[in-house]
Amino acid sequence: MYERKFGEVILDLKGISLSFGAMRVLNNISFNVRKGEIRSIIGPNGAGKSSMLNVINGVYHPQEGEITFRGEVRKEMKVHEAAGFGIARTFQNIALFKGMSTLDNIMTGRNLKMKSNMFWQAIYWGKAQKEEIEHRKKVEEIIDFLEIQAIRKTPVGRLPYGMQKRVELGRALAAEPEILLLDEPMAGMNVEEKEDMSRFVLDINDEFGTTIVLIEHDMGVVMDISDRVVVLDYGRQLADGTPDVVRNNQDVIDAYLGVPH
Amino acid sequence: MFYREAGEFKASYKADQAILPIRQDRWFIWAILAVAFLVIPAVSSDYWLGTIMLPFLILALAAIGLNVLTGYAGQLSLGTGGFMATGAFAAYKLATMFPGMHILLVLLFSGTITAGVGILFGIPSLRIKGFYLAVATLASQFFLIWMFNKFGWFTNYSSSGVISAPPMTAIGDVLVTGAHATVTAKYLFALSIVTLLALITKNLVRSNIGREWMAVRDMDIAAEIIGIKMLPTKLKAFAYSSFLCGIAGALWAFVHTGSVEPLAFDVNRSFQILFMIIIGGLGSIMGAFLGSAFIVLLPIFLSNAPHWFGLDIPVDLISHIEAMVFGALIIFFLIVEPHGLARLWQITKEKLRLWPFPY
Ligand SMILES: Nc1ncnc2c1ncn2[C@@H]1O[C@H](COP(=O)(O)OP(=O)(O)O)[C@@H](O)[C@H]1O
Ligand SMILES: [Mg+2]
Repeated sequence: MYERKFGEVILDLKGISLSFGAMRVLNNISFNVRKGEIRSIIGPNGAGKSSMLNVINGVYHPQEGEITFRGEVRKEMKVHEAAGFGIARTFQNIALFKGMSTLDNIMTGRNLKMKSNMFWQAIYWGKAQKEEIEHRKKVEEIIDFLEIQAIRKTPVGRLPYGMQKRVELGRALAAEPEILLLDEPMAGMNVEEKEDMSRFVLDINDEFGTTIVLIEHDMGVVMDISDRVVVLDYGRQLADGTPDVVRNNQDVIDAYLGVPH
Repeated sequence: MFYREAGEFKASYKADQAILPIRQDRWFIWAILAVAFLVIPAVSSDYWLGTIMLPFLILALAAIGLNVLTGYAGQLSLGTGGFMATGAFAAYKLATMFPGMHILLVLLFSGTITAGVGILFGIPSLRIKGFYLAVATLASQFFLIWMFNKFGWFTNYSSSGVISAPPMTAIGDVLVTGAHATVTAKYLFALSIVTLLALITKNLVRSNIGREWMAVRDMDIAAEIIGIKMLPTKLKAFAYSSFLCGIAGALWAFVHTGSVEPLAFDVNRSFQILFMIIIGGLGSIMGAFLGSAFIVLLPIFLSNAPHWFGLDIPVDLISHIEAMVFGALIIFFLIVEPHGLARLWQITKEKLRLWPFPY
């Protein structure tokens, strides 16, 4: 494998602790994400991986710790602000807009880029129409990229699970994010679908230079495509490093990788 | 294969994004508009125009308004009657305070005033959803009707609480309100307004704001994460929805009945409009028309049908039957086909596209 080079740290998490009532979900977690890398978070169910993503994009507010994003220390961020900062994500349990078509779901991902006001949209003419067509072109590129041309007009509620996961990825991509958070994008997929999805993740990273934070259970995939891996175990941080370092870490072997489950 | 979308390839995204990308659909709508503007006024009796077509059109407009809020943006409302009343009384105050004001301006401003009232009563929607929001809008319904009854200022201190529309002209000296306006003029006026507003609404729901509304409806947390702000998005839905309901109320009072009391817009009206969008189809403009047609025509059908079969059913029994039919239909649509008649129509089209082959 060739040597991959990464840019500066764009997201730095220091001493993050998060509790719900008496339950401590994240305990003093620190790691960073460099521009252009594929950064994986692994750990057993309930380890706090999804909660970590929720902390990154402002859904959960940690009680302790500091988040530095693009050089700025971030205080409380509102949920809708994350997208404006260039953070997009997909969900462990698909969170698509079920009543809308594939096309509309992905178009909605571009909502922040649409500038024409309600008046122009009401007459659907001039600025508004030009904008719709412009963004439609972009969205069609994404549809081509994800190979979902055949389902563009299908309401997503009627799509099979694997396709829904793809559309959700498309919606996140539509925002042209700087960081893409993917929460178990391959869960519940067969081998072929997993291969497709891995290829998309790699291509997104490669072609668009998008930084990716990935949660995934399939160790084969994770070790294959990640640049660095952080391991969580019931709120604790067990290890952090390249796949090779993590694979050979004794704590990780004892607590997680070595134990069959 | 009478009806097809396969085989029609769009040369541009512009063509594909047209309101009706399929040629047959376009013909269909043009045909309907031609019938509505030319044929119906020529062949219909005043009775048909005045007691069936006018209420059908105006209630369809209110149903479009509620559909924006409930069907597209997912915010359940039982305040439609209150918003219609607001539009009616705003129009009355405007028309009597500024006698020279053109009726189009009266409608525009009364819609705008109602939009403001809608925003006010929409603020709780940021905190409460579903059933609780429905109760909150129900409270606003009762409050608004109480207010119009309570304060004489709204009716210019008329002793009966009834407001009467002054005669107003639309184009040239063609009257569209008051006792001397012809039913045909009223019909064509209401039809033009409703067509225009339906078109505008269609444009909105296929634009960014419409997608934002549907996103909030389908999965609000995901909508927020892709950058949609809850409060402005919901309030825009309340504002635009109330704008339409307000104009519908003003048309009802001015063009349809000519004089009206607040009771015409009581909670029964709210439920009537809600039933229209449930039966016609949530989240569909066409559904609002279908639902309105259904609810306006069903009682007429039920009261006439027995005569056709030589039966003599007492009037009160007919109204009981009517209530039962509505109840059954609403349960049917809620459980079996939440997208209502509009969806059934779409399924028919899909079948026609494949016809005569089963697959
Ligand atoms: N909103 C919440 N309220 C209460 N507990 C939560 C919430 N979100 C997550 N948790 C708890 O935090 C722990 C970690 O959950 P999660 O981050 O989903 O783990 P993972 O994604 O690694 O499987 C679980 O015990 C879960 O029940
Ligand atoms: Mg999880």
